[in-house]
Amino acid sequence: MRVPLSWLREHVELPADVTGRDLAARLIAAGLEVETVESAGHDLTGPLVVGRVLEIEELTGFKKPIRYCRVDVGNAEPQQIICGARNFAEGDRVVVALPGSELPGGFKIGARKTYGRMSEGMICSVAELGIGDDHSGILVLPGEPEIGADAIELLGARDDVLDIAVTPDRGYALSIRGVAREAAIAYGVPFHDPAEVKPPEETETSHPASIADPTACDRFVLREIRGFDPSAQTPMWMRVRLHRAGMRPVSLAVDVTNYLMLELGQPLHAFDRAKLTGEIVVRRARAGEKLETLDHVTRTLDPEDILITDASGPISMAGAMGGLATEIDEESTDIVIEAAHFDPVGIARTVRRHRLHSEASYRFERGVDRELPLRAAYRAAQLLVELGGAEFVPGVTHAEAPAEQTVITIPADHPDRVAGVRYGRDTVVRRLTDIGCTVAGDDELTVTPPSWRPDLVDPNDLAEEVIRLEGYENIPARPPRPVAGQGLTADQRRRRRVGRALAAAGYVEALTFPFTSGKDLDDLQLPADDGRRRTLRVANPMSEDEPLLRTTLLPGLLKALARNAGRGCGDVGLFEMGLVFRPRPDAPAQAPRLAVDRGPAPEEIASVNAALPDQPLRVAVVLAGEREPAGWWGQGRPASWADAIEAARTVARETGAELTVAADRHAPWHPGRCAALYVGDTLVGHAGELHPRVIAAYGLPPRTSAMELELSRLAPPAPVRAPHVSTYPPATQDVAVVVDAARPAAEVEAALREGAGELLESIRLFDVYTGEQIGEGRKSLAFTLRFRAPDRTLTAEEAGAARDAAVAAAAERTGAVLRSG
Amino acid sequence: MSASNQSYDPVEVSILKPDEVDRMRAQALQAIAAAANLEELKRARLDHMADRSPLALANREIGALPPAARADAGKRVGAARKAVAQALQDRQAELEEERDRNALAQEAVDVTLPWDRAPRGARHPVTTMQERMTDVFVSMGFEVAEGPEVDAEWFNFDALNIPLDHPARSMQDTFWIAGQDGPDGSNQSGQSGQSGQSGQSGQSGMVLRTHTSPVQIRALLSRPLPVYVVSAGRTFRSDEFDATHSPVFHQMEGLAVDEGITMADLRGAIEAFVRGMFGEGLRTRFRPSYFPFTEPSAEVDMECFACRGASTDTGGRSCRTCDSAGWIELGGCGMVNPRVLVACGIDPDRYSGWAFGLGVERTLMFRHGVADMHDMVEGDVRFTLPFGMEI
Repeated sequence: MRVPLSWLREHVELPADVTGRDLAARLIAAGLEVETVESAGHDLTGPLVVGRVLEIEELTGFKKPIRYCRVDVGNAEPQQIICGARNFAEGDRVVVALPGSELPGGFKIGARKTYGRMSEGMICSVAELGIGDDHSGILVLPGEPEIGADAIELLGARDDVLDIAVTPDRGYALSIRGVAREAAIAYGVPFHDPAEVKPPEETETSHPASIADPTACDRFVLREIRGFDPSAQTPMWMRVRLHRAGMRPVSLAVDVTNYLMLELGQPLHAFDRAKLTGEIVVRRARAGEKLETLDHVTRTLDPEDILITDASGPISMAGAMGGLATEIDEESTDIVIEAAHFDPVGIARTVRRHRLHSEASYRFERGVDRELPLRAAYRAAQLLVELGGAEFVPGVTHAEAPAEQTVITIPADHPDRVAGVRYGRDTVVRRLTDIGCTVAGDDELTVTPPSWRPDLVDPNDLAEEVIRLEGYENIPARPPRPVAGQGLTADQRRRRRVGRALAAAGYVEALTFPFTSGKDLDDLQLPADDGRRRTLRVANPMSEDEPLLRTTLLPGLLKALARNAGRGCGDVGLFEMGLVFRPRPDAPAQAPRLAVDRGPAPEEIASVNAALPDQPLRVAVVLAGEREPAGWWGQGRPASWADAIEAARTVARETGAELTVAADRHAPWHPGRCAALYVGDTLVGHAGELHPRVIAAYGLPPRTSAMELELSRLAPPAPVRAPHVSTYPPATQDVAVVVDAARPAAEVEAALREGAGELLESIRLFDVYTGEQIGEGRKSLAFTLRFRAPDRTLTAEEAGAARDAAVAAAAERTGAVLRSG
Repeated sequence: MSASNQSYDPVEVSILKPDEVDRMRAQALQAIAAAANLEELKRARLDHMADRSPLALANREIGALPPAARADAGKRVGAARKAVAQALQDRQAELEEERDRNALAQEAVDVTLPWDRAPRGARHPVTTMQERMTDVFVSMGFEVAEGPEVDAEWFNFDALNIPLDHPARSMQDTFWIAGQDGPDGSNQSGQSGQSGQSGQSGQSGMVLRTHTSPVQIRALLSRPLPVYVVSAGRTFRSDEFDATHSPVFHQMEGLAVDEGITMADLRGAIEAFVRGMFGEGLRTRFRPSYFPFTEPSAEVDMECFACRGASTDTGGRSCRTCDSAGWIELGGCGMVNPRVLVACGIDPDRYSGWAFGLGVERTLMFRHGVADMHDMVEGDVRFTLPFGMEI
């Protein structure tokens, strides 16, 4: 809502020295979010005067026709002025910027020679004066303002305009009337209600009308004027105000309805009486009905749409936009003015259904004062009579349906208990009265909100009014009282540990968007029946290219990796921890919307949750380039499948889990370089080098590797049991065994470990060798076994026996042969 | 050693003459001092302190002196031997130190050589900022509550007093989840949540949560009263993606529901939060505002931690953190709307509560001078690395 200060001043007796900025600060403190204060025309300096064009001399021979005008500005001699516009005639009154004046934007006017003549000033357009958008021609002043009069004053060219972002609860502030009332309360000065007009007592009715659906509309008012002069011009003051408020002047009849909507908050509609057929009825649409609206769109109506109809059918979308067929035009002389009160929800639905947002619907959705229609219609008629030479037609049509009056009962100290401040009953009553409530009672207050505050429904709504007007700044701060919380849960701590561990291992966290696409799933080479292809779709995605919700973290990370590589950081490891979205095959099609007037039963909550997808927490790592760079110390080391698997182990370690690794074939990994990751028998994820086709599809560096595992499948860490630390010396034994080349080292190690028994402290694979000495299809694995007893120094015999037992177990389970020599 | 000979004339034992002992001593000391290295010192030790050295021989002859002369000669020779031994020890230490010094000097390296072999990692500042914020509340005894990112409309809107067709619903540009009418749900066409609907609801009844507030509802439904929780996480709005807005962002929210909670408690909690996050002595201010789930509602500003309001004085230096406004918009807050309590089955006549929420990215922007939202979502390691492990 754009509010010119001058307009506001008409209705509130603000002290003369109050500026737009002062007022903004007060209104902000009261809860109206003033976003900007625009200082309009303050850089405008005179002399700027009303002139009358005496004589026009047409100059030719230039690129465009030019006029040399003699203009009477009230001096002895007329001014000689060059003008390029052609929309005026001799005798017209215009605004002349005399030499020495300055127009908005620092445009200085002087006497100068142009087009071969001396030009003593400029004839101005509204755009040049900063009071309109039209720069197609100069401003021809309507009426007969005095020659030589100060045009700045006459036009209201200097003003402050407050732009207020009105919150949805404060529909009343979408009007000069509502803002003026707040300003009056803020300054404690008198308010003059622009709606305070007394329509005459009338018994006759105007154009016939009725309400067929009382849930759609509970007040419908029609009033007529006749003999309107369609050529009548909107006065300058009204045009300037409309412009300042952000609306474009159109024609007097339209401007008057817009002006009153801005001033009062009551949207109005004007019908050409000659185009109406029979009684007007407010009703819902019927199936198949159509209406061509003012924007030349023919709309198929929904049975829920609220319509204004006559004998011919629909003639207007109630509260949103008029119909083309009954529109007033440049020949309309008899006008029927509609002012009504529609159901906010009904208007809201119509507006969204038809995407028909308008200034009128915006106000109806947020609640219009139900007591305005009679007054607003009367004022509209008055203005059209006064400004458009129309004849006032006595009689008013007033159809209405009963409306419920809200009454709120609160303990007088309710605001005190909400704020933690002692206001006392008198303050509470005074503040509620300030905003227009009727208050009765002592300890228990019965509060009737004013008609313009349909948002006041609950006790806390009233509390807020009292507290904001008494000043939020006066609420004290009570230090928090400590409560007995349990701290982070094991799961929450684990997530932090995993993040720190991966960062410590040299991975950089990324938080990518969880949106993905069918192309991503294809690029990952996922088979048709892969579970990750079962996705949720966003109905209105940010980009049509990525309408799906991710079922794997990898696409986002891979794109981030490619982006880093593209920006010259190709040696990079990234990780992400986040949710993926897996629809449940047995989920109901729709999550139910439960009641809100009571707490839901556990089974109701369960029914809502059952519709939601599974949203497990995953962690993923991607890496490429050099994991360790070459340097003065020697060779570097490329990132590889082994790093990816080790990253998974890093994660598992933080959860106290031991990861078992087994070869697997699983997209998007390289079929020969893919590990399935298990904890016990539970598959928790995969790691390895990506499939070359995936690498190509995402434009990744060669040998890009990745790991993804589902943290939700890992149990939270159990407390660590302290090991017994033996102080006896270890006995170390190296063994090399030869196995089939395809035999996983992990199996050999597991067999050795098991065979070695309790004396084994640690086992470590330190070499893998293939070559002629070993034989085709075989490999040699060399391990260091470290033995130690908790209670004694081991003898060579004991250590040797344990080693032999280890080798025997490996031989039995993996066919390992002790390597000779 | 020869037996004592009491008749022996001491004068005859020339080796024990005082002059002779002094000479031997001086000779030894000179040789020791002249030893340029440990090898030469070893030779000097053999020459002057070993069993066959003159002083050792002289010492052996003392017994040959008459008893009256023995004490005097013994004292003289002993002192000389002691001085020589001391000199040897000192010179030994000197030379050893010199040897070590030389050896270590040879092993010197260029310590300015880089050792960037191990890759460096970092956590995302949005993650660490969320943790930092929640920790301030956890230190006050709050627990961390969590909820899903795809949530039901009922949790995201209805239960939070954002009814269907209320303008408040369109304050938040919502990503709607499409209905699952295909057999596999994916790659189906058409059927957006907006067609044939009011645009304020989707066919599936699910949304990408527009705020962390549905977590409040879940906490109130699942926890015994009183409830003191904080939640942080990813939220979604179908906004344009520009330098200051991202369709995917993060919020943190605190909630307290107990008997006798007032706006004074809310202010106190926010002041404690500001102290915990930004340091002592910063004022906060409330501006009336509107959120459907709180009533009364307020926007919270905090005094700019960078200029502490000084930039607003005439002549004060301009402040980039607050644009010289002196205040920074922190977030929104208010008293939990009793309608929300009712929807959670809580008696609003007995219990009241406050809620406070703020944007994680926004906080990073003003606290750390992040200029462009894109930096926070692109995963460029150059942006994230400097933030390290904690913020």
